[in-house]
Amino acid sequence: MPRLQTTAELETLRAEILAARDPAKPCIAVCGGAACDGLDSAAVASAFAAEIEKQGVAAKVDFRVTGCHGYCNKGPNVLVGPDDVCYFEVKPEDVADVVAGAVKGEVVDRLVYHDPASGEKAVHMSEVPFYKHQMRILTGDIPRIDPTRIEDYLAVGGYSALAKALSKMSSDQVLQEVKKANLRGRGGGGFPAGLKWETTKNAPEKTKYVIVNGHEGESAAFMDRAMLTGNPHRVLEGLIIGAYAIGAQQGYIYTRHDSPSMAKHVTTALEQAKELGLLGKNILGSGFDFEVELHFDVGIFVSGESSALMRSIEGNAPEPRPKYIRTSVSGIWDKPSNLNNVETWANVPEIINRGADWYTSIGSEKSKGTKLVSLSGHVVNSGVVEVPMGTPLRTIVFDIGGGVPEGRAPKAIHFGGAMGGSIPIDMIDAPLDFDGMSKLGAPIGAGGLLVMDEDTDMIEMARYLLDFLVKESCGKCTPCREGMYQMLKILTNIIEGKGRKFDLERLADLTEVTSLGSLCALGKTSSDPLKSMLRYFKPEFEARIAAGSEAK
Amino acid sequence: MSEQQITDIIEKYRGRPGAVIHALTEIQHANHWLPREVMHEVADALEVPFSQVMQIASFYKTFSLTPKGKHELHVCTGMTCHLRGGARLMAKVEELTGLKPGETDTDAKFSLEAGSCLGSCSIGPELIVDGKHYGRMTPERAADVLKQYD
Repeated sequence: MPRLQTTAELETLRAEILAARDPAKPCIAVCGGAACDGLDSAAVASAFAAEIEKQGVAAKVDFRVTGCHGYCNKGPNVLVGPDDVCYFEVKPEDVADVVAGAVKGEVVDRLVYHDPASGEKAVHMSEVPFYKHQMRILTGDIPRIDPTRIEDYLAVGGYSALAKALSKMSSDQVLQEVKKANLRGRGGGGFPAGLKWETTKNAPEKTKYVIVNGHEGESAAFMDRAMLTGNPHRVLEGLIIGAYAIGAQQGYIYTRHDSPSMAKHVTTALEQAKELGLLGKNILGSGFDFEVELHFDVGIFVSGESSALMRSIEGNAPEPRPKYIRTSVSGIWDKPSNLNNVETWANVPEIINRGADWYTSIGSEKSKGTKLVSLSGHVVNSGVVEVPMGTPLRTIVFDIGGGVPEGRAPKAIHFGGAMGGSIPIDMIDAPLDFDGMSKLGAPIGAGGLLVMDEDTDMIEMARYLLDFLVKESCGKCTPCREGMYQMLKILTNIIEGKGRKFDLERLADLTEVTSLGSLCALGKTSSDPLKSMLRYFKPEFEARIAAGSEAK
Repeated sequence: MSEQQITDIIEKYRGRPGAVIHALTEIQHANHWLPREVMHEVADALEVPFSQVMQIASFYKTFSLTPKGKHELHVCTGMTCHLRGGARLMAKVEELTGLKPGETDTDAKFSLEAGSCLGSCSIGPELIVDGKHYGRMTPERAADVLKQYD
C-alpha cells in the first residue's frame, strides 16, 4: 500500500476498502484468543479454511481468525456475521454444518447457547447472558478484525480519531479533551491520564517518550493481552494521539515475551502503520513525527512498575527507584516519559472521536467510561468482560458470570491480583469504581476479578499470594524483601498449626511497616491482600491459631 | 542451534548497548540457555561490561544459565489455576518427572518451571509443554500428556 500523505487520502483508502466489502455477506470469525488457543481453536480454524474450499463457497462467505471474543470458558468460540450468531465449544467436526448454515442463513441449533437451568436458547450475541449485560466499547470490534490486517481496522473506522486530532485539533485541544473526559489510568492507580500527560508535556526537556505498559503481570488478569493481541491498532492509534498531545517523538510498547501471537500482531501492526505513513515522518501531512519500538519484558513481576519498566527499556535490570521526581518528568534516560497501560490508551481514540461529553455520560460519578474485567476463579462463565464503571459487582458475578459452579455458595471476591484485596460476598452490591473499591480494601488494580467459593481457605490464599510476591521482589529495599518474608513465615506457621498468640498483631505491624517503608508500589501494596483478609476474615485466622494451640 | 545463528543474532545488535535484553532474549528463545562464552560475545559486541550482561541474565527469570531439557514443562501457578487445583497438578508433575521447579533431569528430557500466569485463566489449571497449552488439566491426565513427549 502507498504511504498516505493527507487525512483525505486516508478517507479515500477507507472508502475503497468499504466499497469492496458487502456488509450483508456472512463472515465466520474464529476466536484465536489465549483460552480458545489453549482449547485448540487453531484446529477449528484450519478445518474452516478447508471446508470453505471443499464446499466451494469462498465467494459466499468470508472467514477470519480474530482475537478474544470474551466468553473464554466456552471456547473455541465462533461468531457468524452479519447478525452475530454465537457458537460455542465448536469442534472441527462441527464446521461443515456451520459453513452450510452460514451460506443458507440458517442457525446450527446444537452449538448455540442453552441456559443450563431452563434450557432456553440464545442465538445472537446480544441475547447471550454473558454478553447482554456488557457494554463493549473497547472490545466490540475484536471479533470483526483480523489483527494482522490494518484494512480490517480501517473498515471499522480505525485511525479516524488520529486523522481528526492531527487535522482539526491542536495538541492542547487533544490534551484538554482527555482531561475533560476524566480518563483515569487503568493500570491500577486510577490516576487521571490527562494530568499525567500534562506533566510530561510541560516538562522542560525537548525529548519526550510515551509508553504502552502491556506487561500485565497481575495474576488472573488477561484483558490487556486480549485487547493488545486482538486489536493492536486501536492501542497504537491511542498512543500516537497521546504522543501528539504530549509532544513526544518516540514511543515504546512494552509487553510480555511469552505470548507469541501478541508479539506477532504488535510487530505486524507497527510495520503496517509505518508503511501507510501513520508512523514515521510527517504523519498524514501534519508535520508531526513519531516512531514506536517494541520491547519485551523477560519475566519478572516488578518490571510492570513504571520506573522499573523504564530501566528495563534502557536495557538494565528492572529495579525501581524512589520517585521523588516522577517518571513523567524524568523517566527513560532521565527524559520525561508518560506511561499508561494498554486499556488506557485504547480509550483515547473513542474520546477523540465521540468527545468528552459522550465519554463522561458513561460510568459512575468519579470513574468514567467502561472497564475491562478478567472474570475467573469459581465462576460459571469466565472471560473478558467490559462493563460501564459503576456496574454493581453482582451484575458481573451473577448476571454475566452465572454465579458459582456446582451449586456452591460464593464466599469472597478478590480484585487486583497479588496486590489487591478480598471482600466478603455480602458486599457484592458495591459498584465497580476506583475510589469505592479502594475504600473497601479491594482496589480494582488492573481488573482481575476472582470469585472464591465457600471452600476457599483465606489463610492459604494470603500465604500463596505472599509466597508469589516474595519470589518476585527485586530485593533492592529491606522492608519489602524482609517484611514479606517474615509475614510469609508467620502465615506458614499458622497453616501448619504452629500459630502463636500475638501472630495477628505482629502481622498487622509488618503490613504497616512494609507499606510505609517500601520504595515502589510492589512493596507498598504487597500486604494489601493480607490486610483485607485480616479486616474481613479475622475470625478464620483466630480460629486456626486457636485450633493449632489446642492440638499441642 | 548452530553457532552461526547465535553470531547472527549478536551481529544484529552490535554496537547497541541498550539492546542487551533484546539480544539475550533472542538467544534464549533459540538456544534455550545462555552459555557463558556467548554472554562474553554479547558483552564485547554490544560494548557493555560483562558484569552488566551477567546482572541482566541472572536477574530475569526467563534467562537460564544452565542447559535446559528437550521439552519445557510449565505448570501455571497463577491465582486462578491455584484456586482450581494448580498445586495438586504441580505435585503430580513433580512426581511423574522427579523434578522440582527450576530443575532439569539427567537425560535432559524435561525441564520443569512454575509458570507465572499466562492469561488462559478461564481454562485453568494449565500444563504447558513447549508452548502448547493443555487446559483443564487434572493430575490424572498429566501422565497421558507427558507420554506424548520423548
